[in-house]
Amino acid sequence: MPHPSHSSIIKVVNMHEYSITESMLSLALEKANDAGAQKITRINLVLGELSGVVGECVQQYFEILGRDTIAVGAALSFEMKPTLLRCRKCEKEFSPADHRWACPDCGEISLEIVSGRECYMESIEVE
Amino acid sequence: MSVKVITVGEKVLVANEVKARENKDRLDRQNIFTINIMSSPGAGKTSLILSTLKHFKNKIGMAVIEGDVASSVDADKVNALGIPVIQINTAGGCHLDANMVAPALDGLPLDKTDLLFIENVGNLICPNNYVLGEDARVMIASLPEGDDKPYKYPAMFADTDVVVLNKTDLRPYLEFNVDAFKKAVTGLNPDVTIFPVSCRTGEGLEDWYAWLGAAVKEKRK
Repeated sequence: MPHPSHSSIIKVVNMHEYSITESMLSLALEKANDAGAQKITRINLVLGELSGVVGECVQQYFEILGRDTIAVGAALSFEMKPTLLRCRKCEKEFSPADHRWACPDCGEISLEIVSGRECYMESIEVE
Repeated sequence: MSVKVITVGEKVLVANEVKARENKDRLDRQNIFTINIMSSPGAGKTSLILSTLKHFKNKIGMAVIEGDVASSVDADKVNALGIPVIQINTAGGCHLDANMVAPALDGLPLDKTDLLFIENVGNLICPNNYVLGEDARVMIASLPEGDDKPYKYPAMFADTDVVVLNKTDLRPYLEFNVDAFKKAVTGLNPDVTIFPVSCRTGEGLEDWYAWLGAAVKEKRK
């Protein structure tokens, strides 16, 4: 039962921060629209160190994607969250100094990621 | 005009999660066990899929969604086995998202499918941030990549349900400490299941097939 895969290629364009920015902008526009706002002046974002999202890239894409929307010219604010780990053995919480993750107190490598993965919108400021 | 602050408190990717839930509901209605397969380029996603397709062929209904930056070389290999496949080309994009998977589902014979493989774009940075509608996440790591990768890409290893450690046949040639790797992975993710395998020699694949076969059976109930 051969399947016609050759006719079934779906092409999309989706660079990493491009898609993050697109999602971020549409969320902000939706919230502004719900509030009946005329203009978005600031978008407050929280990004973790482990989120894989680079604020500068989001800023660049935003300047392009935000044109012709009520978010044009809005300031983007990035609150960066450092990586915070918790040792599963002694429960010590710490930020790792390098990529060799181990508890500084007991040396355990069984660790829970407490924070550092955030990628959320805290609030928007509108007029 | 006065400035007003609107509290949002939502993930930036909330829309993707909503779409993924739609995909999941659709797949659940048909009792299709769906795995999202992630790894770096060249770790063996396609090799694992092809071996698994051959193993379960004519036993259960299968389909594949192939995500790649470009080309249809992987889809062509699946197609040659007579398994329904849809290729998604992301044109430079580094991950699949739920919106890309939805139209791919339209093109597959879901009523004849028990097991759906979604092969993500080869990348260890971000695919884990985009839920697609899967039941399980399967990550493939391979010996040539080095045993320190869980520390370099912790979020990927923390989010997965299964780690398939491929290319165990290269063990005599590489300084890869399998025990240290397992310890690092389970340290980040205590609930993970790890299968050391070689897709080339077939070593260890029986355990992977047994796990997958049981999961498919459970979903069909």
